[in-house]
Amino acid sequence: MASHHHAPEPPVIEPGHDLESVTHKLTAFPLIRRTPGRWFIGFMVVFILLLVFLYAVIVLTVLGVGIWGINIPVAWGFAIINFVWWIGIGHAGTLISAILLLFRQSWRTSINRFAEAMTLFAVACAALFPLLHLGRMHRFYYILPYPDTLGLWPQWRSPLVWDVFAVATYGLVSLLFWYVGLIPDLATLRDRARRPGAKRIYGFFALGWRNSARHWHRYQTLYLLLAGLATPLVVSVHTIVSLDFAVSIIPGWHTTIFPPYFVAGAIFSGFAMVLTLILPLRSIFGFHDVITDRHLNNMAKIMLATGLIVAYGYLMENFIAWYSGNTFEQYMSANRMTGPYAKLFWLLILCNVAIPQLLWFRRVRTTVWMLFLVALSVNYGMWLERYIIVVTSLHRDFLPSSWDMYSATRWDWMTYLGTIGLFLTLLFLFVRFLPSVSVFEVRELVEHQPYEEATPEVL
Amino acid sequence: MAQVFYPSANTIARVTLMSLPIAIIVIVIAVRTASESDYVTGVNFAVDQPVEFSHEHHVAGLGIDCRYCHTSVEDSPFAGIPPTETCMTCHSQIWSDAPMLQPVRTSWETGQPLRWNRVHDLPDFAFFDHSIHIARGVGCVTCHGRVDQMPLMWKSQTLFMQWCLDCHRDPYPHIRPREAVFDMNWTPADNPEAQVALQAAHANIRTEGLTNCSACHR
Repeated sequence: MASHHHAPEPPVIEPGHDLESVTHKLTAFPLIRRTPGRWFIGFMVVFILLLVFLYAVIVLTVLGVGIWGINIPVAWGFAIINFVWWIGIGHAGTLISAILLLFRQSWRTSINRFAEAMTLFAVACAALFPLLHLGRMHRFYYILPYPDTLGLWPQWRSPLVWDVFAVATYGLVSLLFWYVGLIPDLATLRDRARRPGAKRIYGFFALGWRNSARHWHRYQTLYLLLAGLATPLVVSVHTIVSLDFAVSIIPGWHTTIFPPYFVAGAIFSGFAMVLTLILPLRSIFGFHDVITDRHLNNMAKIMLATGLIVAYGYLMENFIAWYSGNTFEQYMSANRMTGPYAKLFWLLILCNVAIPQLLWFRRVRTTVWMLFLVALSVNYGMWLERYIIVVTSLHRDFLPSSWDMYSATRWDWMTYLGTIGLFLTLLFLFVRFLPSVSVFEVRELVEHQPYEEATPEVL
Repeated sequence: MAQVFYPSANTIARVTLMSLPIAIIVIVIAVRTASESDYVTGVNFAVDQPVEFSHEHHVAGLGIDCRYCHTSVEDSPFAGIPPTETCMTCHSQIWSDAPMLQPVRTSWETGQPLRWNRVHDLPDFAFFDHSIHIARGVGCVTCHGRVDQMPLMWKSQTLFMQWCLDCHRDPYPHIRPREAVFDMNWTPADNPEAQVALQAAHANIRTEGLTNCSACHR
């Protein structure tokens, strides 16, 4: 470290903690006996949003997808936009938990649990949209290869079938990763809980964890294996989501740049969402000593890098439209920039390309409110990106006689905002009953802290 | 510290975990078996009718041709259910007092048609045309079974989509010469040379067209 000529990296967690103090700090809230009123007020707000979602879904089930704004030619509307948006958000969790683990980035430790939970809940929200879009939700199993009496397999040449497998695998592996990561902490909660009911519930899910050396040995092997399994998923899931578009022949969709550009966009939006959630969490629970400026700085840097890849994607789309000489592609590009949805396009460029450039400044990366605003801008920008991709390509395709406009109905909005309610409800429950920062991994960091403290520059 | 669970909890947990995949397999097999059962498909269950009409008696006993009653089977999608007049061509002369035929006579007097209950009821989203199947040599027996041996009418096939596709994917084992279509006794096994000849004659049938979704779902 002495050989570095710039300022040394600050420690992953603030000095001054011992094993007992971190354990106490991180398990305090899940073990509180009386739920604080502030939590209840927040929970009620997001729960009302969830009820709005339930209402919208019930009406949808009764009346059908005609209540949405979709029609020919824009048959893919909010449902697909929101599906891609939510799935993308999930990607940060997998990147943090799997890839950063394999690269031994110890700073991931304080944020991985929360990011994994976020992934899981985002995938749950995402998976709802294709089901709702079916119109006949109870027939969803048609897309699975089950021993049917139709004599048909699902259409394996359709990316929508690939989607089912990609997303189901993703959901399952994310759930396993999150749960396996929780086991030692669940045992800690079991041992520290005082009410017998809580003891039994935490104990049930702790699967008899006794902290023995043999447990830990097997545990580390399993965790590493799962990380290896999850790593390709960071790339594969959004690649397949992008193929939903790229495999078609619609101008603006039929392009080979989609997979890498979608994956980068997914990680971009995922980190924006992690920051959007973790900044308030950190200040509410006073986790400044475990989620430090170093974390914010690193996450902001990843956002900046993936944001630049996304910007390159936008540039290339338009370059290829011009370079290919394809009339339809060229019209699509021009229509995006100057057509009826041009305002949204330029807003997207502002949110996704211009504003994230502020992250070049260290001050923005480490100032909470600035970083929060940039993250919000990216969240919104990435949603707009999917809106632009889905709507502008479909609303004016090859035949001018079939051109039409798309606008969402209030049911679209209620469903979308409703899934945000579902997402936040799950997060509220997660924060209330489980440690939102991995206790045993932070304990490990505390154990290693003396070595870092020995380097004078760090202090 | 007191233990949260008894040692038996381990056994319960293991048994539960192991029975989970078994339960899934059992459920899938059970649902599949149930959906194939005669009870669900209606195969081999005689359908109640306003008159206990016996195909066995009229076809095997009297030798009446299928087309005497199902008149439109050769040139329309619908084979045709005979009007009361068709029954009365004979039954105004024979068995004209039989109590069993009272609904037929009532229908004749009032002009209200008999309401027969459908035995082979395809879903409305499946397009089916009798005439093309007759023209291409699908025998009545192939889909409707030996009606000459049915005192009351029942389904002999499930009408599953899989069953339709079995023939659409590879029709040759199921077709016969045009003149044998209404023959109750003709079987492909007894007439291998006819099958070979048919195969040669129909060598240009494009089976991929037969398995397009829009062949049946229009």
